[in-house]
This record gives sequence, structure tokens and C-alpha cells, in this order.
Amino acid sequence: MLPPDEPLAEIACTVNGRRVAGRAPLRQTLVEWLRTELGLTGSHVGCAHGVCGACHIRLDGAVVRGCLVLAVQADGSAVETIEAATGPEVAALREAFVAHAGLQCGFCTPGMILQAAELLQREPSPSREAIRDHLSGNYCRCTGYHQIVDAVASAAAALQSGGVEGA
Amino acid sequence: MTPARFAYARPTTLEEALGILARGGEEAAPLAGGQSLMPMMAMRVARPALLVDLNRVAGLDAIALEGGVLRIGAMARHAAVLAHPLVAAEAPLLPRALEEVAHPAIRNRGTLGGSLALADPAAELPACMVALDATIVLASAGGERRVPAADFFQGLYATARRSDELLLRVEIPRAAGWTPWFAEVARRRGDYALAGLAVMARCTAGRIVEARLGFCGVEAAPRRLPAVEAALVAGEDAASRLPALLEPLGSAEAPAGYRLHLAQVLLRRATEALHAAA
Ligand SMILES: Cc1cc2nc3c(=O)[nH]c(=O)nc-3n(C[C@H](O)[C@H](O)[C@H](O)COP(=O)(O)OP(=O)(O)OC[C@H]3O[C@@H](n4cnc5c(N)ncnc54)[C@H](O)[C@@H]3O)c2cc1C
Ligand code: FES
Ligand code: FES
Repeated sequence: MLPPDEPLAEIACTVNGRRVAGRAPLRQTLVEWLRTELGLTGSHVGCAHGVCGACHIRLDGAVVRGCLVLAVQADGSAVETIEAATGPEVAALREAFVAHAGLQCGFCTPGMILQAAELLQREPSPSREAIRDHLSGNYCRCTGYHQIVDAVASAAAALQSGGVEGA
Repeated sequence: MTPARFAYARPTTLEEALGILARGGEEAAPLAGGQSLMPMMAMRVARPALLVDLNRVAGLDAIALEGGVLRIGAMARHAAVLAHPLVAAEAPLLPRALEEVAHPAIRNRGTLGGSLALADPAAELPACMVALDATIVLASAGGERRVPAADFFQGLYATARRSDELLLRVEIPRAAGWTPWFAEVARRRGDYALAGLAVMARCTAGRIVEARLGFCGVEAAPRRLPAVEAALVAGEDAASRLPALLEPLGSAEAPAGYRLHLAQVLLRRATEALHAAA
């Protein structure tokens, strides 16, 4: 908890398509603000210093570490979290992560899905090596990664063959 | 993991940013991508009293070719530089090295200027700037200043930048006829280099006739090594010169002797590849 006299910053931005105006302690990170102030707890905080990728969010369309952006820096921006992440890639990945057991505890999963969706948008049929490369900054302490790579490869294949519901 | 308190300014013009920075003195820090500064603040290795956020300053991220010189703005994100067709055409060394810089989400936010201003000894981009013979353009309220990359990097996290200056851009001379080479050894893809090497070589008639190189992760800062470059051109065993010339860093993970070994291995690989390409 930060002390009560903590200096605050005004923030007006869109979060998951909704206009939000509020305040955040100046030294609060964007992911902390999303979780505590807006109740969007889908983005997780693992390391809080940029190493693990659990905190991934989309800021003005780009996947970034939510723990390395200050909440005040989102002022005037569009933020998207896993709660509202849509699109064919995300739909395909959700199905594939379940089908391939690409998660156990699920702590890393939101960050993985956002990062993998960015890859599939850019590269519809990535090699397994490209998948591993693209997810190199996302840590998973449970699965051992093989099933995650399987899931992303299978999501890519499903998208290519047009077999994704809700796409 | 909460940073110490700081004041925050978000200028929208360069003049405004430079004014705030000048008034802030040594206690002020520019905030670019925050991909190094934010973790350093979270761990309280850095405790700036004032953050000058550059993310809304217009015009600092341009990538353009002017008069045969490639200009890359300090706020150009790693991902933008990596994907830019002008960079691929004019300075293909950079995309090759940027593939090894951090991870996609960090490249979406981290900037060229931030990496150069930080001058981490293991960072890839400072070594590339030395090999590319780039010029680093700085600005303060007093005007602009140009510093060759080989003079800019001065030691561990130490550069020629004064605290009232911002990096504006780098300028990379055209290198038609030059071949780039970059490789590094790291524990995992995206980690900082235990040792890395950037080389630019000009080859004619199957020979290297001119070469510039910069190591990263080996010494405190990248620098030109004229004797090694001359050995490359003379077709001599350049790697055998390294033990007498380098002052490798040591750490528990990679002792000095190991870094020297890696530097020699990388230079031998570079020599072979460049001769094969010449
Ligand atoms: C997990 C992880 C892995 C990483 N791996 C690598 C890697 O392998 N290789 C690598 O090179 N980097 C790596 N990085 C660092 C990354 O490349 C950073 O983006 C970069 O070092 C700094 O750029 P930035 O824009 O984020 O700068 P910031 O963090 O905002 O700033 C860094 C420093 O530069 C100063 N500064 C920034 N911009 C300017 C400017 N225009 N003028 C003057 N001063 C300025 C700041 O005050 C600060 O002191 C990694 C980071 C993380 C979190
Ligand atoms: S919590 Fe942000 S990278 Fe670990
Ligand atoms: S599923 Fe537990 S951390 Fe990845």
C-alpha cells in the first residue's frame, strides 16, 4: 500500500473500448492500476520488473509489459486487456490452449495469448522455432512450454484452414 | 518493487523537454521506452527526482534517408527499426542485431535512443553504432552537438551525454559495397549478450579491404580496435591479437577468460563468413 499523501495523476483513456477517467498514484504501474482501480485482474503481476511477461496488455495496439508502463502514461491512449481481447487469433488460441493443455495454473496464459496473437497476426504459419522465439519473453513455471508451442502451432493451422468458431 | 517518489513531466515539444531537463539538472531523467529505466527504478537502482517523459514529444521517432545518410530518431522503437524497409536497405546490420535484442513486447516499447543513452556493456546497439561509424546527435537548450559513436561510449553505463542533453537521432553513412555481420552468444534468445560482435566489412575482388568492428558484452564499452581491423584486412589471424588488446569484463556467470574466448570464437566465425562472402 502506498501512503495516503501519495501524489496522484489524472488519467483519461479508453480501456477495452470504454472511456475511463480516474486517478492513479504517480508511481503506480499501468497493470497495477488496471487490477486495483478497474478490477481487471486478467493481467497478472509476476516479477514486476519486466522479465516474465505475465502482465502483457495492448497499449495503442502494441503488446507491452504492463509493469513497465506507468498508469499516467496511458492518459490519452487505448488500452486493451485479455478480458476484452477479441479477434480470430485470440479465439483460435483460446481453443487450442485448452485442447493442448497449454496451461496448468494459468498464471502466464493471458500474457502468452496476447503475445502469440500478435505473432499470428503478422505470421500466419510460423515455424515452431519462430513460435519459441516470439514467446521467449513469456515465462511459464508449469507446462515446460511444449504444449504451449503445440497450442500456438495448432491455432495457426486452424486459422489457415478456416476452422475457427467466432473468427 | 515500487519506485521511490518522483515528479513527472510530459512535454510535447523538444524545446519544452530540453527546458525541463536543464532545470531538473542531475536529478532529472528522460523516460523513453522505460524498458530499462522502469526496472531500475522498481529495484531502486535508479531514483530520479523528475521523469521527463519523451513519449509525447513530436517528431523524435522519424526514420528517413537524407543526402545519402540514414537518420533514425532516438524515440524510434526497436520493433519499428527492425521492420523498417529503409533500415533493411541501408543498414542491414541493425535488423540482424535487433533480432537478438530482448523480446517482442520489449521491442514494441524500447527505443534506439534509450539503448544508446543507457550504454549497457552487453547491449547490441551501441556496438552496432561503432561498427556502422554512426554519428550521435545530441541537443540541449544551447543547441545541437554531434559525437562519433566511437567517442560516445566511454565506459560502463557512461557516455559523452551531459545531463541537460537529449539524444535526438543517429546518422548512419551509406554503406554500399559493405557487408554486415553480427552474432552473439547468450544464455537464451533475447538475453543480453555474454559476448557479441558487430562487423562491417568492405570487400572487393574476394578480399576484405576495409573493416570496422565493435564487441558487446566483452569490454566496459564498445570501441574500434584498429590493430584487429588491420589484421582482418591483411588476411592475418585477427583473433590472435585479442588477448593483448581486450580488457574483458568478468562476472560469476561469465569470467573474463570465458568472454575473451567467446570474443575470439566470434571473430573467427566473422572472418570465415566474410571471406566466404567476399
Ligand atoms: C527482460 C528484458 C530483456 C532485455 N534484453 C535486452 C537485450 O538483450 N539487449 C539490449 O540491448 N537491451 C535489452 N533490454 C533493454 C531494452 O533494449 C531497453 O529498451 C533499452 O535498453 C532502453 O531503451 P528504453 O527506450 O526502454 O529506455 P529507458 O529505459 O526509458 O531509458 C534508459 C536510459 O536512457 C535514458 N534516455 C532514454 N532516452 C533518452 C534520450 N533520447 N536522450 C537521453 N537520454 C535518454 C534514460 O534517462 C535512462 O537513463 C532488455 C530489457 C528487458 C526488460
Ligand atoms: S510482471 Fe511484468 S514482466 Fe513480469
Ligand atoms: S501455466 Fe502456470 S505459469 Fe504457465
